[in-house]
Amino acid sequence: MTFITGVGLTSYGKHEGLSSLDLMSKAAELAIADAGLSRAEIDGILCGYSTVSPHIMLATVFAEHFGIHPSYAHAVQVGGATGLAMTMLAHHLVEAGVVRHVLVVGGENRLTGQSRDASIQALAQVGHPDYEVTLGPTIPAYYGLVASRYMHEYGVTQEDLAEFAVLMRKHAATHPGAQFHEPITVADVMASKPVALPLKLLDCCPVSDGGAAFVISRERTGETGVRVLGCAQAHTHQHVTAAPGLSELGAEIAIAKAKAACGVAISDVRYAAVYDSFTITLAMLLEDLGLARRGEAAARVRSGYFGRNGEMPLNTHGGLLSYGHCGVGGAMAHLVETHLQMTGRAANRQVRDASIALLHGDGGVLSSHVSMFLERVR
Amino acid sequence: MSNDKPADWTTGVEAILYQSCGACGHVQYFRRGFCAACGAADLTEKRASGEGTVYATSLVCRAATTETRAHVPYNILLVDTAEGFRMMAHGDDDLAVGDKVTARFTQFAGRLVPYFARARMS
Repeated sequence: MTFITGVGLTSYGKHEGLSSLDLMSKAAELAIADAGLSRAEIDGILCGYSTVSPHIMLATVFAEHFGIHPSYAHAVQVGGATGLAMTMLAHHLVEAGVVRHVLVVGGENRLTGQSRDASIQALAQVGHPDYEVTLGPTIPAYYGLVASRYMHEYGVTQEDLAEFAVLMRKHAATHPGAQFHEPITVADVMASKPVALPLKLLDCCPVSDGGAAFVISRERTGETGVRVLGCAQAHTHQHVTAAPGLSELGAEIAIAKAKAACGVAISDVRYAAVYDSFTITLAMLLEDLGLARRGEAAARVRSGYFGRNGEMPLNTHGGLLSYGHCGVGGAMAHLVETHLQMTGRAANRQVRDASIALLHGDGGVLSSHVSMFLERVR
Repeated sequence: MSNDKPADWTTGVEAILYQSCGACGHVQYFRRGFCAACGAADLTEKRASGEGTVYATSLVCRAATTETRAHVPYNILLVDTAEGFRMMAHGDDDLAVGDKVTARFTQFAGRLVPYFARARMS
């Protein structure tokens, strides 16, 4: 049995003058304090990567910088799925008795540390170097391709996709740490600058500075425990050219394995934290995970189903789309928010019941998937 | 299977090549020394006809480099070829999912790339 005993999150947006290590350190300090532990008690470190400061041994660079001497440490790279993949690994490491307290940390000064062009270029390299990157695609274009196909097969419209951007902005408005607070409408999304059609600027997550961290431990350290119930991964391809059909993507495989691993059904879930790099990502994943029927996720947004007071509150911090996206830390904010909801600490964003949560992360172009269920234990 | 560079558009030659497995019949577009479906090394290199159907499109309006910005907007496609593999290419801006298309080649950011237009009805 493992518990997420502490979480830490910086605000996302601009952190002028702070390095990736600075942002990781800030988040790590918050998470360790939240767990009620001291630095010396951390015996394992898992960290992500930084496109601004690439390093072949980032975990030990961080450990030295932060001043701890772990008995287990390395980096993990699974794109946007990295945060949940690290959590899954930490869960297994702790359960196997390799370590007692694993610090999982991600942070990057992606917005102020490099130009927006450099970020877009760095990320486009997830494409095939010979057969894709030479054609000048961007990450939004890879997802734009998927969006065009999804819209064609399931009758989803650009206005439907816009609903997800509006919802995430509405949620971000209630979180002081979010990058964007100004309300937007479907018309605003539709009128925003075309980036890689059918995706427009407000269909895309921003580039941000920020950091997030958690501690995964063998025993709970607080009154309310947040236990990892079960998790699973699926990896069907790397490049969008080699992706399987829409009905065979990894999210469906990962969630089926995670459900089987712990006997949880979607009807048991009370809170959802789902990867939302683009509006299409969120729409597709909600439907792949079974949180909405095919082509019907947007209708559920319109009816309030995914709102704070709805049946399935979703990304109440505003998600990648409006809280912000600093790389590995981006989707880790989803888990931090889930933890706050489950432990009753989400202030004005608190939902009625977050007793069982479903988290899902996606890396590449719907290439790598991690599904995870968390349970509140009192 | 030789490890020579392919004589196709990725090396500046006006051709789309793919590999066909003699052991299991699988066809693959990303070139390698073995079949990704069964592992056999018994591959034959073939030249595609250039005929296909549009699987997906995305019109890029925001590019990230000086060279690619000069071409904005440009339409990125995934095309399901008549030979049974999927490939990424450029194409006319008004192409839609399901359109029958034919390949030609064009210059993009200093390189040769495949470019699809609607096939003429005969």
